[in-house]
Amino acid sequence: MARIAGVDLPRDKRIEVALTYIYGVGRSTAKAILAETAVSPDIRVNALSDEDVNKLRRVIENRYKVEGALRTETSMNVKRLMDIGCYRGLRHRRGLPVRGQRTHTNARTRKGPRRAVAGKKKAPRK
Amino acid sequence: MARSVKKGPYIDPKLLKKIEAMNKSGDKRVIKTWSRACTISPEFVGHTLAVHNGNKFIPVYVSENMVGHKLGEFSPTRLFRGHSGKLVDKRGRI
Repeated sequence: MARIAGVDLPRDKRIEVALTYIYGVGRSTAKAILAETAVSPDIRVNALSDEDVNKLRRVIENRYKVEGALRTETSMNVKRLMDIGCYRGLRHRRGLPVRGQRTHTNARTRKGPRRAVAGKKKAPRK
Repeated sequence: MARSVKKGPYIDPKLLKKIEAMNKSGDKRVIKTWSRACTISPEFVGHTLAVHNGNKFIPVYVSENMVGHKLGEFSPTRLFRGHSGKLVDKRGRI
């Protein structure tokens, strides 16, 4: 059982992919980590030696910002924008797209599921 | 596209001059400005600037966190009062 940065890695996946289960590690970071520790990216997690796991754990915990620390940083950045009252902060407060995208249609990722508007009639079908 | 680093941040020269004069003499007045594209530089901290939003001047008190942002970011140009419909009519005009 490989447990790195508070996350259990899936046992049957290649380590290159398994590392991406850690928040803050994607494919390219995973590749960089593996290159640095000289662990083959093709080994499955359950075939990994304890020594390798420790090597990976050391690199990730010392050199990368992952999981809780990374989440805190991101939310602090957003909070800063909201506190200074700038345009981007206002958009975060209202849950609307921040980077100038259209909101007439789309923007459902930020706005969430559609809400029915009271008093709006459906268009008659012809 | 982001501004070239070579040029450095855009700071309105006239505004900077006024602020520096105020820093020297130590008085604090509200300066009206139309220069929304001007980057907030560390000299501005602690001053209040009235930034035009196309209609009127919005007073912006510059704090340390704002350095690096543009003045226009703090002076919204649009006013959204909500959509029309029953809900709004019931509440009456906000």
